[in-house]
Amino acid sequence: MNFNLTFIGQILAFAIFVWFCGKFVWPPLTKAIDARRKIIADGLMAADRASKDLELAQERATKIIREAKQEASGIVDAANRRAAKLVDDAKDKGRAEAERIKIAAKAEIEQEMEHAREQLRSQVASLALAGATKVLEASVDESAHKAMLDKLAVNL
Amino acid sequence: MAAGEYENAGDYIAHHLVNLTYGRLPAGTELCNGGVAETTQWQLAGCASEAAAMGFMAVHVDSLLWSFGLGALILFIFYRAGKKASLEAPGRFQAAIEIIVEFVGNTTKDVFHGRTGAIAPIALTVFIWVFMMNLMKLVPVDLIPYPLEKFFGVEYHKIAATTDPNITLGMATFVLMLVIGFSIKMKGWGYLRELSFTPFNTWFLVPVNLVLEIVGLLAKPISLGLRLFGNMFAGEVIFLLIAALFGASILFMPLATGLNLIWAIFHILVITLQAFIFMVLTIVYLALAHDDPH
Repeated sequence: MNFNLTFIGQILAFAIFVWFCGKFVWPPLTKAIDARRKIIADGLMAADRASKDLELAQERATKIIREAKQEASGIVDAANRRAAKLVDDAKDKGRAEAERIKIAAKAEIEQEMEHAREQLRSQVASLALAGATKVLEASVDESAHKAMLDKLAVNL
Repeated sequence: MAAGEYENAGDYIAHHLVNLTYGRLPAGTELCNGGVAETTQWQLAGCASEAAAMGFMAVHVDSLLWSFGLGALILFIFYRAGKKASLEAPGRFQAAIEIIVEFVGNTTKDVFHGRTGAIAPIALTVFIWVFMMNLMKLVPVDLIPYPLEKFFGVEYHKIAATTDPNITLGMATFVLMLVIGFSIKMKGWGYLRELSFTPFNTWFLVPVNLVLEIVGLLAKPISLGLRLFGNMFAGEVIFLLIAALFGASILFMPLATGLNLIWAIFHILVITLQAFIFMVLTIVYLALAHDDPH
């Protein structure tokens, strides 16, 4: 309880401790705290930015997907149209070919018929002449009656 | 029970309030054992009257050892924490240390609006050191002194350094030195003018002003030191009274245990609060030294 040199000793001790604390204790601790505060703030900011980036990327992705879908449906449409057109073309071509064949066949038939008729016509004259010869025997003169016979052949 | 060895509770308490004193015992002093000191010599005081006879030329070995030891210990702990501080993954120990550092830093910033560079470390030192010294009051009063007396013959020992006015006033005086130092550093000759011309701004009243201002200046550390000392000393006396109750009779033991528990729990608050008050007032005084109060 007496007032004595302890007082001086305590002042010295205090001075030493304040010096020590100010030089070796306070700076590293506050530096660590400040540095960590900065790291955390940076981290939060980076996370913020990342989430914004993600949002943007998602937006872009949906946009690309939408465009791709549109493109795909366009391609499918074009393909469908083209297929229909091909089928139509093929149909037309087939129809035309059929028509052509039909015409050719008709023409052939006609030609055949004409040919047969021609043959018949050429034989009718001789047949009629032979028949008439039989009927009339000598009275018929081939050259005299040729015009009449030809007329008959034409009418056949 | 240590108290059982004393004639009465008063003796017990008086004995426990004497520091372990090493000092210069002047020749002709009446010794405790009835003799008279033949030569002036440095020695440990054997009893309270010898310690009193030593006057100023003595040191309280226990106070200084505990105060310096605890201060060095706590600062070393903080130093280690600062040295091994990890930025990404602070452990619990580091987090606890940083909580205290942040707390002190924020308190300093709240009180002192300016660069806290020099004040904050002082505040931290004050807070943790005073807290550690106060904390020794929660150690049962006889736990350390009694074995020391029994086995090492150390008759007196107080482990709670802040119950010694030398310690608290020493700290307060250093705060005063810092206040004066900062004032001169910040204001230069303006500080002398501030002391001379406030509160009465005339040439005639300079001496009156000086007296008033110096009284005001000295009142701060004295109140600072005595507040801490008073609180801690009173608490210590209560602890000693309760401890004396243990020794009075076995019947009082449950009562004494309960009282001791209640008082100790209450003191957890008191010691922290007193350390905090000491720190805040230190910051306030140093902040006043920085800016112009008038």
